[in-house]
Amino acid sequence: MLWYAGKRFLQMIPVFFGATFLIYFMVFAVPGDPIAALYGDHPPAPGVIEAVRAEYNLDKPFIVQYLLYIGGLFQGDLGTTFSGRPVIDVMAQAFPITARLALLALAIEAFFGIIVGLVAGLRKGKLFDASALVISLLLISVPTFVVGFVLQYVFGIQLGWARTTVSGAAPWGELILPAIVLASVSFAYIVRLTRASVADNLGADFVRTATAKGLSRRRVVTVHVLRNSLVPVVTYLGVDIGSLMVGAIVTEGIFNINGVGGTVYRAIRLGEGPTVVSFVAVMVIIFVLANLLVDLLYAALDPRIRYAK
Amino acid sequence: MTNPETVSVSSDSSNDETPLLKIRNLEVGFETQRGLVPAVRGVDLTLYQGQTLAIVGESGSGKSTTAQAVIGLLPGAGKVSGGSIEFEGHDLTQFSDAQFAEVRGSQIGYVPQDPMSNLNPVWSIGFQVEEAIKANGIAQGKEARQRTIEVLQEAGLSDASERLKQFPHQFSGGMRQRVLIGIGLSARPKLLIADEPTSALDVTVQRQILDHLQTLTRDYGTSVLFITHDLGLAAERAEQLVVMYKGKVVESGPSRAILENPQHPYTQRLVAAAPSLASRRIQSIKSAKSTDDSVRIFGEGSLDEALIARAATREASADEDLIKVSNITKVYEIRKQGFRKDKLLAVNDISFGVKKGTTTALVGESGSGKSTVAKLILQLESLTSGNIEFDGKNLAGIKGQELLEFRRRVQPVFQDPYGSLDPQYSVGNTIAEPLLAHKLGTAKERYNRVSELLDQVSLPQAARHRYPGELSGGQRQRVAIARALALKPEVLVLDEAVSALDVLVQGQVLNLLTELQTELELTYLFITHDLAVVRLVADNVCVMQGGRIVEAASTDEVFENSSNPYTQELLEAIPGANITLGA
Repeated sequence: MLWYAGKRFLQMIPVFFGATFLIYFMVFAVPGDPIAALYGDHPPAPGVIEAVRAEYNLDKPFIVQYLLYIGGLFQGDLGTTFSGRPVIDVMAQAFPITARLALLALAIEAFFGIIVGLVAGLRKGKLFDASALVISLLLISVPTFVVGFVLQYVFGIQLGWARTTVSGAAPWGELILPAIVLASVSFAYIVRLTRASVADNLGADFVRTATAKGLSRRRVVTVHVLRNSLVPVVTYLGVDIGSLMVGAIVTEGIFNINGVGGTVYRAIRLGEGPTVVSFVAVMVIIFVLANLLVDLLYAALDPRIRYAK
Repeated sequence: MTNPETVSVSSDSSNDETPLLKIRNLEVGFETQRGLVPAVRGVDLTLYQGQTLAIVGESGSGKSTTAQAVIGLLPGAGKVSGGSIEFEGHDLTQFSDAQFAEVRGSQIGYVPQDPMSNLNPVWSIGFQVEEAIKANGIAQGKEARQRTIEVLQEAGLSDASERLKQFPHQFSGGMRQRVLIGIGLSARPKLLIADEPTSALDVTVQRQILDHLQTLTRDYGTSVLFITHDLGLAAERAEQLVVMYKGKVVESGPSRAILENPQHPYTQRLVAAAPSLASRRIQSIKSAKSTDDSVRIFGEGSLDEALIARAATREASADEDLIKVSNITKVYEIRKQGFRKDKLLAVNDISFGVKKGTTTALVGESGSGKSTVAKLILQLESLTSGNIEFDGKNLAGIKGQELLEFRRRVQPVFQDPYGSLDPQYSVGNTIAEPLLAHKLGTAKERYNRVSELLDQVSLPQAARHRYPGELSGGQRQRVAIARALALKPEVLVLDEAVSALDVLVQGQVLNLLTELQTELELTYLFITHDLAVVRLVADNVCVMQGGRIVEAASTDEVFENSSNPYTQELLEAIPGANITLGA
């Protein structure tokens, strides 16, 4: 198991270099001159543009730019934004907020998704199941921003239970409503996944055997159906950690949250290579780590999976 | 289970005793969109304390449904729509879920069919047994752990205490079935329902486990409701038989009486088709000292007379070997923890020949290497060492056009008629596919060839447009045979080709294969674990064990005077082999 985890960590190295290289290249390939764009309609004094270019290494060939960036990275220097702020400071400010938001959303979708899915699976074809299916279909098909605006209007404006926008520090309490919005689509998928998995396992031979042993229905469901049904759900949750961080862009926009989404969006528009690449690289690492976590959780849930090699 | 002579088998003579289980006019149906589809239609059955009763029938006969109704475990859409199931005077059909939970395990034990799917893969063996012990209030805490070990030891797992923490996938099929038997008997129930408890296991394992089950239930005085499709097995293990057909009981009574004098035409067909019994029939035709009895029992039947006659009068032909296997070995490398590798000797230096127009059977239990030999001959796996010659030509390094030509002449038919046909391909396309792959004929010619093949395997022409999902197991296997025959091959490699089929269907397919062999001068390499079937179809037999051929001889020699202890063990294990006839 340790051996397996170690191997997976080593695999992150090529993934990291590959991802940063590709992203750097894509930012580089975006047409237009970011420095010229900075000054808009009022061109600066001659020589200034060249000087700024040299400062950000934009005058050098692509590969040199990339190597300089990577070199700085190893010295703890992620470069600066065009406004002169070190990228690392921007990250330290944005990531915790988005991480809080994503974790809250993950907890909400996992907890409620699994419960609703389990009950729907156990009562397949009944009213609860049918309603759960209809609601999940609605959540999947309606765009997030619509859900966001509706909740914002109902809970923020009509009922006054929550703030419609989140303050700069974004404490946990203020993030609950945005987290619900962010979780809505994944919640719907988890309900469907759990429901199908539970309904499937209910018909399994070992569940019949468990019942034949004389176990109560409650024990059969919690011990023999639920644990087996969680394997696909856990996979989904793992992949979702990444999508939640990325997908936060829309939600962050609606609730005016200063998180990763908005920052990356602005950086892309400005063509700030180092900022974009640094943020995306961290996200790639989060993705890979989440996948590793899922694989290890797999082994905990299903003893047939053993990572010996 | 006890000696039939000492037990009063007629239910009428036991009137003073109240039956343990009394089923009267039981009706069970499955709800579908087209209304209630009946599965069990008016079944009557009586089982007394300490007795063993077997329900015999093919799949779809309602035998398992009847058993599931008794323990209240009908699958989702199933429900009892009439009649009564009295267990110790209480009508189980009126029980609530909570009442059933009381009875299950403690009063009525259950041993399911497939040991592979009936243990929860994510919990340890110890956990799953202990759970049953605790739920039925047999013991709690430390005592329960102790009891778990005892239960498993009684079920035949001698090293139970060390293996408690292991998971189902670390146990063999036979071991898992022992665990399931342990669970079923853990609370010493009065009635044990054993639903085809060994049909997924090798014959010798099957025999050991049934012997063990028999000893346990006799010691505990447990009544057993035994569900099986194998008449020979049922007659050997139960004193009472109930034969079911399409949801109805067509015949019931003492096993011996039914076997010797089946009344209902369906029972007569079952008796006739059971390979285990037919094998004895051949014996009685062959041996001059055949008594009146055995002729009476086995004289008539639906396993083709020609098949039996052929089996009774076969002689080894003297031609050259069509397939000649010399000293072949196959080693698989299995990765172990870290970088170590283990070598698995799947086939260990074996040699044999198959003569043209004959049937050679490779017999052995799972893991004996028989299927690997088939793959090696079919050129689906590469040899580690040795030689395989086909029609005088060494197959080593054969490729391209030559390999294609070899594949045309040697075709396989595999075991699972459900898995080996593409569900998205119509029957016509499936059969025509080899023709396309070898670019033979025009569309019109291929169409005609498919018609011809459908005739040969006795499928209606309309089957051409149907899909595998719409066909029965036997029909699918006919399609698989038709596909194999499409290229007019000379050899068919039949890897457990009839093992998954019901006994009557199996009989039909065996008949078909025999007819085709005569008609098309085919050579068969017949791979099976079932010696009874071998007796019917094979000219020569190679018995395999642990990658080696332990005995190779003509079928008659193997069955009449084999000296090999392993062969004898296999012969002993044929269900029904121990039924003494003519008493």
